[in-house]
Amino acid sequence: MSGQAQSLLDLYRTMLTIRRFEERANALYMEGKIPSTLHLYIGQEAVATGVCAVLKRTDYVLSTHRPHGHAIAKGVAPRDIMAELYAKVTGCCKGKGGSMHAGDIRVGMPPAVAIVGGNAPIAAGMALACKFQKNGGVAVSFFGDGAANEGAVHEALNMAAIWSLPVVYVCENNLYGASTSFSTVFNIANVADRAPAYGIPGVIVDGNDVEAVREVAIEACARARAGAGPTLIEAKTYRLCGHSRSDPLTYRSKEEEAVWRARDPLVIAAQRLKERGEASDADLARVEAEVKAVIDEAVAFAETSPDPLATDALKHLFVGESA
Amino acid sequence: MREIRLIDGIREAMQEEMRRDPNVYVYGEGIGPRGGNFNETLGMADEFGVRRLIDTPISELGFTGMAIGAALTGLRPIVDIMFWDFAYEVAGQLINQAARIHYMSNGQFSVPLVFRGVVGIGGGAAGHHSAVPYPMYAHFPGLKVVVPATPYDAKGLLKTAIRDNDPVLVFEHRGIYSLKGMVPDEEYTIPLGVAAVQREGSDVTIVALARMVQVALQAADALAREGVSVEVVDPRTLAPLDKETILASIRKTSRVLVVDEAYAPYGVGGEIAALAADEAFYYLDAPIKRLNTLSAPAPASAVLEAEMVPTVDKVVVAVRELMNQ
Repeated sequence: MSGQAQSLLDLYRTMLTIRRFEERANALYMEGKIPSTLHLYIGQEAVATGVCAVLKRTDYVLSTHRPHGHAIAKGVAPRDIMAELYAKVTGCCKGKGGSMHAGDIRVGMPPAVAIVGGNAPIAAGMALACKFQKNGGVAVSFFGDGAANEGAVHEALNMAAIWSLPVVYVCENNLYGASTSFSTVFNIANVADRAPAYGIPGVIVDGNDVEAVREVAIEACARARAGAGPTLIEAKTYRLCGHSRSDPLTYRSKEEEAVWRARDPLVIAAQRLKERGEASDADLARVEAEVKAVIDEAVAFAETSPDPLATDALKHLFVGESA
Repeated sequence: MREIRLIDGIREAMQEEMRRDPNVYVYGEGIGPRGGNFNETLGMADEFGVRRLIDTPISELGFTGMAIGAALTGLRPIVDIMFWDFAYEVAGQLINQAARIHYMSNGQFSVPLVFRGVVGIGGGAAGHHSAVPYPMYAHFPGLKVVVPATPYDAKGLLKTAIRDNDPVLVFEHRGIYSLKGMVPDEEYTIPLGVAAVQREGSDVTIVALARMVQVALQAADALAREGVSVEVVDPRTLAPLDKETILASIRKTSRVLVVDEAYAPYGVGGEIAALAADEAFYYLDAPIKRLNTLSAPAPASAVLEAEMVPTVDKVVVAVRELMNQ
């Protein structure tokens, strides 16, 4: 998914893959086939897709308790994540991580960090290693508006700034930290307004416009790779579903949801594709069918995969005890 | 052989490993040109440069998380937290991240991190500069816990910790930083998980850590004059724990006292008592005893401090009680 320049139709396909993956995962969760809970990314797909489109396979992505979109956009195979949601031995973390710790070393994604704000300093450290190793790599930390109020994020932004680390901080401001509305916990209008306090650029972007996101990511990554330091990107977006599967969504209005539903990133991208003549309805239907086949295969793979062996419960506590 | 202080052993271990492996570097507050709060990195910035001795902002949570990220990516960071009290502000990164990433990723990622600092009550440092928190960390799977008691052990164990591919926490007692001891001229390392019998004896086993090893050895001298033969066993690492050496000593002496500067509840003594009860119950001739720092924050007053921590006299009294049972 990441790598060479992608067309808008490519970006649309990635966003659609994330959307359909999560819709199916939600249905399977409701059927009781997927354990625990799921934090869905529905409505925010343009952020992960636009940013990861700029990254190389060897660049690093640090994610959160809401990691499916970041993982798919960075190139983790949908079947490997779906099997992980089922906690099967074929999952990307062999059933030890589950939804909230999806990760795959082959695409530079450590297990997602489900402690809010916890990935920000880790991303800075991975960027420090890239700088020391002079490998041209970049680390990206995705986090929410809620995490922006964690001390760890403040400390990480400051250190990334003073050492000009090749890291990009992407705040996905979906207006709610779980159920807490942005305006009740911030005395400023934008998370990006804090960037000048660290002496770094703060960029606000329409997080539902995948091309706009990609544009700011191109500049931020170029700046990082050039040794000019971090950028704080604030992508204004909206979670079109609940925080987790137990969220009754009582804290926001139907009117607000309708406004954002009309700004669905998939709708915006599809309209633009047709307006520009880059895709017809038939093309979009074909992509839909192709994505459906990928998700169908992912689900079949997960369902037919075995559970981990109970005797593996203590494996991989320490390096070398992992036979 | 030559004589060095324990703090010299810490510094020499870092120096030798930094010469051996360019991916090793040190992170902390004032560990660059200043040379560290305890001179633990004195002169190292001259040799290795400030690129590898990174003076951080006072952002313990942040720079610990950074070290974890760097470790994930192939560097081998040593975090100098100065006082282990400060690590309470950092514990989430150590316990939720460093200890768990290897397991959660099913072995895809590893965290070759060393996190070191001082522990110990003394000098009136009081409530925020006297922590002895290693039992808490030994509780958590995924962490290795090193508690050296001699210059030889401090150097050899720290070198092993730096080469280890997992997160290793090192707890250095400030009260024995100036303790002198012999080390070989040639290079050596000490494996984690191997206890040291610091004094052989036949009547009673004292299990002791860090500064309490010296306290136990002095008590053993006093008790020898009373005709009591004391064996002193230092686990050296709590995770992994060398159960066999401890059990062998208990089976030999049939009496055991655990002397530890950490608090008693849910601690090292309880763990060793459970070990003895599980695996050496029928060898015991007396109840297992613990001697710990009293359960209160460290006080500033020297009078109160002396009341709180295990001393040679307290150890002697405890052993006499054990011998009378």
